[in-house]
Amino acid sequence: MGLLLLLAVLDGLAYAGQLFMVAVGLTLVFGVLKILNVAHGSLFAIGAYVAATLIGWFGAEELSLLALAIAALAVGALLGPSIERGLLARIYDKEHVLQLLVTFALFMILEDLQKLLWGVQPRFEDAPVRLLGQVEVGGIFYTAYQLLLLPGVALVALLLLVWFLRRTLLGRSIVAVTHDREAAVAIGIDARFVYLSTFTIGAGLAALGGALAAPTTSLVPGIGVQMIVLSFAVVATAGLGQIEGAAVTALLIGLARSLAVYFAPELEVVVPYLLMVAVLLIRPAGLFGRRELRRV
Amino acid sequence: MANRLLVAAAAALLLLLATAQPWLRFVLTIALSTGLAVLGIMMLLRAGQVSFGHALYVAAGAYTVAFLRPHSGEALLLVLAGAIVATGIGLLVGLFVTRYRDIFFGMLNLAFSMVAWSLLEKLYALTRGTDGIRVARPEVAGLALEGPAYEWALLLLALALALTSGGLVARYLRTPAGEALGAVKTRETRLEFAGISARRVLLQAYLASAALAGVGGAIAALATLHVTPLLAYWTHSGELVFVAILGGTGHVLGPFLGAVVFELVRVYAAASFPDAWQMILGLVLLGIILAATRGLVGLVDDLLARFGRRA
Repeated sequence: MGLLLLLAVLDGLAYAGQLFMVAVGLTLVFGVLKILNVAHGSLFAIGAYVAATLIGWFGAEELSLLALAIAALAVGALLGPSIERGLLARIYDKEHVLQLLVTFALFMILEDLQKLLWGVQPRFEDAPVRLLGQVEVGGIFYTAYQLLLLPGVALVALLLLVWFLRRTLLGRSIVAVTHDREAAVAIGIDARFVYLSTFTIGAGLAALGGALAAPTTSLVPGIGVQMIVLSFAVVATAGLGQIEGAAVTALLIGLARSLAVYFAPELEVVVPYLLMVAVLLIRPAGLFGRRELRRV
Repeated sequence: MANRLLVAAAAALLLLLATAQPWLRFVLTIALSTGLAVLGIMMLLRAGQVSFGHALYVAAGAYTVAFLRPHSGEALLLVLAGAIVATGIGLLVGLFVTRYRDIFFGMLNLAFSMVAWSLLEKLYALTRGTDGIRVARPEVAGLALEGPAYEWALLLLALALALTSGGLVARYLRTPAGEALGAVKTRETRLEFAGISARRVLLQAYLASAALAGVGGAIAALATLHVTPLLAYWTHSGELVFVAILGGTGHVLGPFLGAVVFELVRVYAAASFPDAWQMILGLVLLGIILAATRGLVGLVDDLLARFGRRA
């Protein structure tokens, strides 16, 4: 019982790290662009597939961690700007429902792109997990990759992001645009560049989440949709646009899910959403969200 | 009046097609069932809300038919049961999701439908998982029909339901509650100042949309005689939204026009590009939205207007 509980907690931590990476990108992009990118989960999936492909190409186990980093950077740097400039920039002044439909259409396109590029057979590349070996915690042998690297990278990403937004010029510009776009533009902030860089960072985080997830699970079509739905649950529970809040809820939902896996497996898929619905019933704007004023 | 003629002409054309090409009877029945579900999506789109999870209610209608078939052999009763169960689930989910708009409305619906999909896949003892459940062919209005006769009966049933629902929805959209739907999209606060509860208006439309999707799902189950969890998967919800935009939201004929074109194209295209079907839908959807057209209904409107000027 105690051992199972420990296992569940360790699994939950690893999963929460992964989940946070994707959810924080989603919430960051929403905060600035006011668009919820339904295709965000596809960026996660593409990051994972590219990472698996690169691990295969590099061959040597020692290079596999490098492959993960390159995959995340490449997907973020290539897809991020092209999606933002090529597609989203055209719809900033359109109705909400059309914005949603556009990112949903992009989602449909990217989901099939994965099938065309990587096929529908499951892929599994666990070189990075083997490379880092195992560590013993309280009598359990657990992979160092999931125990240390995943939550570690997530924590570093959170700290870096908070530092970036509070202490750097670009970060502060992003925060300024989030609060009041017109005033920010009036004092000379280039909103276009802020949008572009925010979306690219968000896409890179999703791809990083995917790349880090790749060695721990087999890649099949549909991992992107699971991730977008789950990370939306995280973001909604935290309150849209809340970055530290997303970290807390990712932890909450990650732990709840893995506890369910061990103690009530048939409820695994339902638990995160039960949590979300319960929170939203009590706090409609999420745990850390503020209610927005309504326009007349 | 012109609209009624148009609807009658469309129904006649449909029956003509089904007579000329027997294999089309099945395709057109499926198209009408899709159209019924999309009709509900269209009502929500009128309020500026898009649901990425309405396949949930199609699946609810279809699985109700599959679960009840051993207990009842009458197709009409099964369709009614499908509508009731879908509406019931719609009330439960709707009371929650109608508190939200835009992103939350769309994504919460997606989340609920994906939960339903997972449950349909996982609860093997109840649902037979991905294998799905076979549905024995029921009687229609007390008649035990075989082969072509059953197909005809189902097509006529679907057509009758489509005409009735289309008429009812068209009438509803002209009532104060129906007109209020448009106000939810433009300025909800002003609607509330006028003493109308936006949430109630949206909930009404949501219940209607769930019921319509349930009927559509029940018809689809009776036509294919097999139900699988894929009915609730997000791609199916996406197709419903796609058809709604393709058909256009300006007229109740739109969903059915969109559905017939969609299903006819799918017969050929989906078989040729099974792994790129969603991609093609996504590209066309982007094209329609970015070009700001009003869907097929808008196209027909423009043609009629040009024709009218010339005459």
